[in-house]
Amino acid sequence: MAPLLEISSLRAYYGATEALHGLSFSIAQGGITTLLGANGAGKTTTLRAISGLVRREGSIVFDGRPIDKMATEDITRLGVAHVPEGRGTFVGLSVEENLKIASYGRRDKSGVRRDLDLVFTYFPRLKERIAQQAGTLSGGEQQMLAISRALMLGPRLMLLDEPSFGLAPLIVQEIFQIMRRINEEAGVSMLLVEQNAALALNLAENAYVLETGTVVMAGPSAELKNDEGIRKSYLGY
Amino acid sequence: MEQLIQQIASGLASGAIYALVALALVMIFTATDHLNFAQGEMAMFSTYICWQFIQWGFPFWPALGFTILFSFLLGVAIERVILRPLHNASVLSIVVVFIGLLAIFHSLAGGIWSHTIKNFPSPFPNVTFAGSGYIGAHQIGMILVSLLMLFALFAFFRFTPLGLAMRAAAQNPVSARLVGVKVDWMLALGWGLAAAVGAVAGAMVAPVVYLEPNMMASILLYGFAGALVGGISNPAGAVFGGFLVGVLENLVAYFGNLTEKTFGIYIVGNGEKLTVALIIVITILTLKPAGLFGRTTVRRV
Ligand SMILES: Nc1ncnc2c1ncn2[C@@H]1O[C@H](COP(=O)(O)OP(=O)(O)OP(=O)(O)O)[C@@H](O)[C@H]1O
Ligand SMILES: [Mg+2]
Repeated sequence: MAPLLEISSLRAYYGATEALHGLSFSIAQGGITTLLGANGAGKTTTLRAISGLVRREGSIVFDGRPIDKMATEDITRLGVAHVPEGRGTFVGLSVEENLKIASYGRRDKSGVRRDLDLVFTYFPRLKERIAQQAGTLSGGEQQMLAISRALMLGPRLMLLDEPSFGLAPLIVQEIFQIMRRINEEAGVSMLLVEQNAALALNLAENAYVLETGTVVMAGPSAELKNDEGIRKSYLGY
Repeated sequence: MEQLIQQIASGLASGAIYALVALALVMIFTATDHLNFAQGEMAMFSTYICWQFIQWGFPFWPALGFTILFSFLLGVAIERVILRPLHNASVLSIVVVFIGLLAIFHSLAGGIWSHTIKNFPSPFPNVTFAGSGYIGAHQIGMILVSLLMLFALFAFFRFTPLGLAMRAAAQNPVSARLVGVKVDWMLALGWGLAAAVGAVAGAMVAPVVYLEPNMMASILLYGFAGALVGGISNPAGAVFGGFLVGVLENLVAYFGNLTEKTFGIYIVGNGEKLTVALIIVITILTLKPAGLFGRTTVRRV
């Protein structure tokens, strides 16, 4: 089967500075892939380049369509949902409005209703807080909201940037379980960026390791988990 | 007493205009963090357009309708053509552009329609209401039209998808793009709406202050003050601030005249009301820098 996302020789820039130096990797249909790497390796930049939030060069093909010249809004509408670093909550809008705004671009109104129900089964807490101003949610709830907002776009692929960041272990577990369910039940493929490598390698089938803007290692998670270098640098044993 | 009520009533009438101008300023500010100094001159220019339509024989309300449409398109065009290329420009260059716009509309209006003062018709019947005597029909009309406009705008922002998209784009442009909102267009729309609101303010106040290229200068200041007092990031607060400033300025004049009559001492009068109103504004801002209702969005990290 052709990959859902295929990236080759991807370069990305902040002003004149090149932050990605020719990345190539691909994501299979239906699966979860993780992108590991130390601080500043270029993980966030890779996700931003896919979404068109930074200037980029090279080829990005999503579901057979080149998206490397497209605007962020159009990429989103094609089915790529980016859950950004820091969650990107609309703090002054209500929880309901945060969810609603993601569904406006969709034509399939029955799909919107189904996804909203799905959100509330996954995260009943959001239903309780539906009228609350989103900025007053706890960090964990805001992360749930960010994932739910992405789900309301009706995506084929989710880009998740450190969903565990700053959260208590129990909440992280809860969120990762839901991510697996979203992947299995809603059929959403995922590209997961994580600092917590152990967690990420458990969830994802495949992994890529980034170092200063280039891919230095790739393979099935099971293999990488046993790699000595990975164990030392990312798993800490 | 009767005079006091009358002063408050006419304060509310001019306050309605300040509220509209304040709202126009806030709409652009929340979306871009810039204060559009040219807002007043754009409104003045729109008022001339309305006057022109009326001269051509259109009745007042259709003329105002065309003017609103024209102003909306003009606002959109200004954002798309002039401000779009400056998205990453420094604050200073944006300020210069605003001042440039101000000068352009000012001389354009003077050039096309001359600087002589013109009468601008009121759409409301020329009566003072029986038994009241406090407030003229035009003042009541001004308040009603402004309230209608404010109500329509709040409903638009609160209840329509487009209104929600505009609020989202103003709050967090990156997240807005990530949920498919065309942020560029939301900014342009915001400019269009602000210009349309300004046009209504201009056409409502022109029968009172007469039509001339300087007509909006002090009104912009009052609107600006109202926006700051209410909270520049809070539309409802800005509207309230506009009304407050309108009432304040009239009360200043009223109590000034009263002290002069009672004690024979002249402290303040009509001439100083702008100054005193601004002093009050500055005092409020010193005590509450974010304005009375300035949004300190609750945020947990
Ligand atoms: N807005 C920016 N302007 C300039 N340089 C940037 C910007 N954002 C990131 N960079 C640089 O690009 C490189 C990659 O950063 P990126 O944020 O992609 O790293 P990361 O892998 O996500 O790191 P972290 O784990 O800390 O989130 C770094 O060298 C960083 O300094
Ligand atoms: Mg990062």
